[in-house]
Amino acid sequence: MERPLTEHIRKDLRPLTLKEYEQVGGYLSVRKALKDMAPKDIQSVVKDSNLRGRGGAGFLTGLKWSFVPMDSSIDTKYLIVNADEMEPGTFKDRLLLESAPHQLIEGMIVSAYGIQANISFVFLRWAYKEAANNIRFAIQEAYDAGYLGHNILGSGFNLEMHLHTGVGRYICGEETALLNSLEGKRATPRAKPPFPQVSGLFGKPTIVNNVETLSCIPHIVNKGADWFQKLSLTNDAGTKLFGVSGKVRTPGLWELPMGITMRELLEEHAGGMQDGLKFRGALPGGASTDFLVEQHLDVKMDYVSIAAAGSRLGTGTMIVLDDKTSVVGFVRNLMHFFAQESCGFCTPCREGIPWIEKILTSLEAGKGEGHDLNLLDFHTKYLGPGNTFCALAPGAMEPLQSALRYFRKDFEQYIAEELPHTTDPLPVKRNRLITDISKF
Amino acid sequence: MLSLEETHEIDEAIRIVPYKKAACIEALKVVQEHRRWISDESLREVADYLQMSAEELDSVATFYNMIHRKPVGRHVILLCDSISCWVMGYENIRAAVMERLGIQYGQTTEDNRFTLLPNPCLGTCNHAPALMIDNDLYRDVTPAMLGDILDKYS
Repeated sequence: MERPLTEHIRKDLRPLTLKEYEQVGGYLSVRKALKDMAPKDIQSVVKDSNLRGRGGAGFLTGLKWSFVPMDSSIDTKYLIVNADEMEPGTFKDRLLLESAPHQLIEGMIVSAYGIQANISFVFLRWAYKEAANNIRFAIQEAYDAGYLGHNILGSGFNLEMHLHTGVGRYICGEETALLNSLEGKRATPRAKPPFPQVSGLFGKPTIVNNVETLSCIPHIVNKGADWFQKLSLTNDAGTKLFGVSGKVRTPGLWELPMGITMRELLEEHAGGMQDGLKFRGALPGGASTDFLVEQHLDVKMDYVSIAAAGSRLGTGTMIVLDDKTSVVGFVRNLMHFFAQESCGFCTPCREGIPWIEKILTSLEAGKGEGHDLNLLDFHTKYLGPGNTFCALAPGAMEPLQSALRYFRKDFEQYIAEELPHTTDPLPVKRNRLITDISKF
Repeated sequence: MLSLEETHEIDEAIRIVPYKKAACIEALKVVQEHRRWISDESLREVADYLQMSAEELDSVATFYNMIHRKPVGRHVILLCDSISCWVMGYENIRAAVMERLGIQYGQTTEDNRFTLLPNPCLGTCNHAPALMIDNDLYRDVTPAMLGDILDKYS
């Protein structure tokens, strides 16, 4: 089984120096791209590889790139790697950043060449201190070796690379919010269109890709689109870093073929549940994905299959819920995070998520009321796709709505006094404008 | 007044962006690195240097979790309170830290040694619960380990 992304990561996780990396084939794709390939050749091999973005949304990378204007009169274009990993339960990019920095830099150089970007940034989460040191060192090595800077390897292609460490907000992972943050502004998302590919950082064409996505690029360029497709067991190409956290025997992170089943990941790699605990469900790809439950254990972990089962592959790092952990507490913890990390720009998200957190907190305290579940149901619609400015709130609703579906009895048992059933979501003073939920 | 060292580091950040204001987050980080937190006075100094209003800079400073607009102790403890750490029992760590230091979230010990803050997911969920003190990450933390960990910081 091939593990291109992690093959050369040492057991002790110390990153390879540039020289060591070159000895195992590092930077070959830069030589190949700059000597033998036109930018459009890079774009087409990436498009043909069917690589989908590993940051969570799963957008086709080649398609994303294809919107970048290739007019040679444009003086500045940016390539940014989104290394602001902060989705709760997600710890995959940390490994690539700390232990394979040259692979990422190589991917960035080739990708920048593919879209003809001349300035690149690593937007790194502040908490990843070791990654920052390793990347800073690796960038300097790459400059010294002539892989970065002016006239790279005599090709005439120029690329600057800078490391920017953030100051902490989940919303910085949203690509347009990230751009605002890099411009020294509050990280609120931007309206689209214009899309960043046309008008991004400082108004220039910009591509933002995830760490794992860009780390795949050298391998695709070296070995081809077919090879990359064949790494997968299904139609979604490549390998994937899969993680498991929660009360399993051996929580961890593994590079595995796309399309392995949840059961395989959970039982063979994570060692199954800890003694005395039963599996109740899992968020398959980070905090903002819908619960999957026992009936889904044979679902294949790829974008299409997980979506068909009613969730999202997201970041591919699974958080497991066991039978001794409170479902309401679990969801309340998630809602606390999303309420705190809402950027506050749009009202449904800013006001709605804290309201949900309060309801869940009062449920846990034994102060639940009969209408509470209706209110929670209502919020999952009201903060759903299309009703907020960006994807933060709809993402936050995914674990809530699926918990209400699969574990409704867990919520009901917290309600002290059963009030007469009502379909009215807002039983108190009603605002006519928003009580018509039939349209959602 | 900004020190020479501070202005030198801020100038480095300005060099890679098209206009001064765009370096304001870097500038706040630089000053916080030297002074531990961003006072109103520091804020005004940075704003003046970048030719922006203090109000605008404050709107940025207060947006981000890791810019401290209140004084912090010599060491900042960041306790992960997100989902995997919650499942793995971070609440026991929280109780133990609070008891040992006699402070709540957002407070600083009387000897100015530690400030305790909650923090979203630290991205090391297979080793939950986790916490950071300054630049150091601690994983698989148990209440029993806390004494040794805290003793490293004076």
